[in-house]
Amino acid sequence: MPYNAALVAPMREEMVRMGAQELTTVPEVDAALGDQKGSMLVFINSVCGCAAGNARPALRLALQHSVKPQQVVTVFAGQDLEATSRARQYFADYQPSSPSIAMLRDGEVVHFVHRHMIEGRSPQLVAGELTKAFDKYYGVAV
Amino acid sequence: MSHRLSGQPLHTDRHELHGITVVLDTVSDATYVGRFDSQDERGVHLLDVGVFDPTTGTREAYLRRSVQFGIRIDRPAITLDPSEVARVTPLGQIEL
Repeated sequence: MPYNAALVAPMREEMVRMGAQELTTVPEVDAALGDQKGSMLVFINSVCGCAAGNARPALRLALQHSVKPQQVVTVFAGQDLEATSRARQYFADYQPSSPSIAMLRDGEVVHFVHRHMIEGRSPQLVAGELTKAFDKYYGVAV
Repeated sequence: MSHRLSGQPLHTDRHELHGITVVLDTVSDATYVGRFDSQDERGVHLLDVGVFDPTTGTREAYLRRSVQFGIRIDRPAITLDPSEVARVTPLGQIEL
């Protein structure tokens, strides 16, 4: 059962403030992820403070890096159930967990950050791993 | 303010491993991967648990697959008697 909307509102706002587009319906997910071109990061948001409480600040830090995805979108696990389920169909090789992060390029998953890669790690550490992945997968080849 | 929430675990009264995905090995050589919930007189409680099936390959291969692709949930929850538990290691600290 979804949490009270008032409880999760700040967690949604945190994502929007860092530039993420919220996807709350299946049509919105399909519009963003169907025939996806370029680089995109999908953040599976979560209420759980054990991991999501570090994941959101980590992403905010990482997005200050010079190399970053062209687009950031987010769905909220446990809240927007259908939208989250639909988004996960676009990276069905990966087992669901939340929070988690899928990095896409032209519709293909190039890197996936599972919940267990976030738990117990500081936002700075997670951000460092994310920026390495940004450089590797979204950096300009020279 | 959302910043008040970020980085602040919501469950400060729980076991230090609460919410952490762990590998639990038993004295009888079974391996489970799941989210540590709590420990009490009944045992260790894991949620969203993957169960290593030795007929499908090695433990190392199972853990490697879990690290890369995530944990396939075989059981929503299990409780293990403390006497059965050989070791509990965060999945993020497993070296493969």
